[in-house]
Amino acid sequence: MYVYILRRLLATIPIMGLVAVFVFMLLHLSPGDPAVIIAGDFANEEQVDKIREALGLNDPLHVQFGRWLIDLLQGDMGESIYSGMPVTELIGQRVEPTLMLTLCTMVIAISLAIPLGVIAAWKVGTWIDRAVMTLAVFGFSVPVFVIGYLLILGGSRTLGWFPVQGYTSIFESIPGFLSHITLPALTLGAVYMALIARMTRATMLEVLNEDYVRTAYAKGLATRKVLVKHALKNAMVPISTTIGLGVALLIGGVVVTESVFAIPGLGRLTVDAVLRTDYPVIQGVILVFSFTYVLLNLLIDLTYVLFDPRIRY
Amino acid sequence: MPMTALADVFTKSVRTVALSTPIAVAGLMAAAVPVSAQSVLKVVPHADLRNIDPIWTTAYITRNHGYLVFDTLFALDENLEVQPQMAAGHEVSEDGLTYTITLRDELAFHDGSDVTAEDVVASIERWGARDGMGQKLMRVTESLEAKDEKTVVLTLSEPYGLVLQSLGKISSNVPFIMPKRLAETDPNTQIEEVIGSGPFRFVEDEWQPGNQVVYEKFEEYVPRDEPASYAAGGKVANVDRVEWRYIPDAATASQALLAGEVDYYEQPVVDLLPMIQSDPAINVETVDPLGTQGVIRFNFKYPPFDDKKARQAAMWAVQQADYMYSIIGDPQYFEEFCGAYFMCGGPYETDIGSEALREKDIEKAKALLEESGYDGREVLILDPTDIPVAHGQSLVTAQALRDIGMNVRLVAMDWATMTSRRAVRDAPEDGGWNIFPTWWLAADQLNPITNISVAASGDSAWFGWPENQKIEDLRNAFARETDAEKQKAIVEELQAELYDFVPYIPTGQYYQPTAFRDNVKGVLEAPVPFFWNISVE
Repeated sequence: MYVYILRRLLATIPIMGLVAVFVFMLLHLSPGDPAVIIAGDFANEEQVDKIREALGLNDPLHVQFGRWLIDLLQGDMGESIYSGMPVTELIGQRVEPTLMLTLCTMVIAISLAIPLGVIAAWKVGTWIDRAVMTLAVFGFSVPVFVIGYLLILGGSRTLGWFPVQGYTSIFESIPGFLSHITLPALTLGAVYMALIARMTRATMLEVLNEDYVRTAYAKGLATRKVLVKHALKNAMVPISTTIGLGVALLIGGVVVTESVFAIPGLGRLTVDAVLRTDYPVIQGVILVFSFTYVLLNLLIDLTYVLFDPRIRY
Repeated sequence: MPMTALADVFTKSVRTVALSTPIAVAGLMAAAVPVSAQSVLKVVPHADLRNIDPIWTTAYITRNHGYLVFDTLFALDENLEVQPQMAAGHEVSEDGLTYTITLRDELAFHDGSDVTAEDVVASIERWGARDGMGQKLMRVTESLEAKDEKTVVLTLSEPYGLVLQSLGKISSNVPFIMPKRLAETDPNTQIEEVIGSGPFRFVEDEWQPGNQVVYEKFEEYVPRDEPASYAAGGKVANVDRVEWRYIPDAATASQALLAGEVDYYEQPVVDLLPMIQSDPAINVETVDPLGTQGVIRFNFKYPPFDDKKARQAAMWAVQQADYMYSIIGDPQYFEEFCGAYFMCGGPYETDIGSEALREKDIEKAKALLEESGYDGREVLILDPTDIPVAHGQSLVTAQALRDIGMNVRLVAMDWATMTSRRAVRDAPEDGGWNIFPTWWLAADQLNPITNISVAASGDSAWFGWPENQKIEDLRNAFARETDAEKQKAIVEELQAELYDFVPYIPTGQYYQPTAFRDNVKGVLEAPVPFFWNISVE
């Protein structure tokens, strides 16, 4: 297994290389010239050119790419064209809120969605099943920002339980952290929960019709034991795949959720950078996101071993 | 369980978690001590502060940041007159060619060093290399020298009527004074440190681009004795900290203001004002009395708008009310009609020549278009859909031009792409453009020199590159003239020519409301949001 993990980790290198080339090319071939944006309305062509020169944008693409790659290999992602701050520092400032938001969302979503999916499958065809599925359809169809606004209106403005916006680091104050993260995590969790609940229900339905489940019941095992120990364990492989793939969905949702709740995370950093064609920052965050995604996939693959002993790496 | 009981349970359980965690307790205590002793003004600014150098960029947000941190030699007051600010006073020689400016005592930078004449000279030179008005001043400057620690001498090569107006310029780029070591930075490179001599100090450690900017009161700042008036007068910092909290979503920012999480929301969206105004604890005021001018700009390099008649046709095809209702909506926040290229309410307001803008006459527009020889070619209007004020102007213009028979294509894009595309000088079909929308604050449009959209110097003019010698001669005459009445006469002649030449369509004058909670006192009426004089109760 360790060989497998090492092989997979090594395989991330060419993947990241491809991502790097693709992102770089895409950015530099798309319209938008940061030098013109920086120069503003009063600058003449000569000044714009000087700024372009100062930013190194006048060099041929391959030279710019080479420079970026060499710096990257030394752990230097460059500096933001606008603020002049190192990209690693900008990303560093933003990692915690996004990581915490994603983790809290996953915890809330998984701990609610899997039981709901199991119950829906167990009580298939009843009003419970229909209620769970209606909730899932709602969570899946209503846009993230609408759920966000509804929660702000209910949880912050009407009840006054949670702040409207902002973020408090977990290291600064746990109550502050919890009160700030709850609404965003619920917002972001809605679609994720819907996805997992539906997947759990579907796989559980399949498994519950298997012979060994009938045997378990025949042996006189309690329903809870049959559902959790026998059925759910076997249903977990496709469910964990969905959980893993759903993270991509989360990354998209993070951007919106962070904007609605004014959380200074990586999603907002990405949007702001894209809107201003801040090349080094965009390149940096996309690399971080894709690296996380590749690692997460590896992690999911490894969890299969836990659920299905037949799988060997 | 009633909601309050539920809330109690939640609070209690949260408290239990916190108390059982030493890190959290330590964090809470650390956070509580300094904040309780300080008065803080929490502001939602109109944009995120990306750049810290107000000479390097013209962005309004950086200008507003500049005013907190830096000070100026001269400044504009509410009568639109230039007053000394860091200057104790100045003398002009009899021939009008030599300005001797003396600095106030007790001026100090945030790093503890004194402000000297050398700092002033270096700062003005750097600004003069970047700013349009600064460049004009530098062109007639023979020498700019520090005579001693406190005296700056500016010698002109020819009489120039706008020396003080230039040095007391209120909007971007403002000639802020920096320490010499920073002012010696190449004008095309950003300064790496924010050290000014203004009433607030930039707290670099707490700056998080995209999230927050923090300023602390600079205790050593000595304000002038006069009351604050626009950028002039005593800049008294009445709060210990000013925190800018960037909230990109307008609905969230409004809710944060309603919930009391922030005190001051610089530019609320007009659509959401009824919701904000429903809370009696919130004041909504038009802090900028001069307002903003909408602008539809033509490309003079390519047909059809290289022909004056086509531009005149466009002007007869539109009316300001259509634009204003589209982009602002509530008539409380815009002028019914403003025919002044240099703003209504400004010193050079006149409606000479504005008939075409006042009335919409489709038949006349069609006739003019035909006279221009328009051949039915496609007209590209850039349409930045992410900025409502710009997007609305593009849509209204497109419809008006279609009404007179033009073949119009709206090219949808985001604002950043538009700012690059409008600089492209190629033909519209090769990646160029015919029309783009924008807006300018009145503070930038008040006279023929700062209003760069009327400049008509061809290739060196603002995007669109119009060329008209008469306009340029009149602008130069205005700059050289030292008599205010004669300057007004020049502006009248200039405006008549502008309405004939149509460098752009002024699509109306509107006012941006600002919202703040009633614990915020002393908000100054000014074209730039200033944060001195404000106290928080």
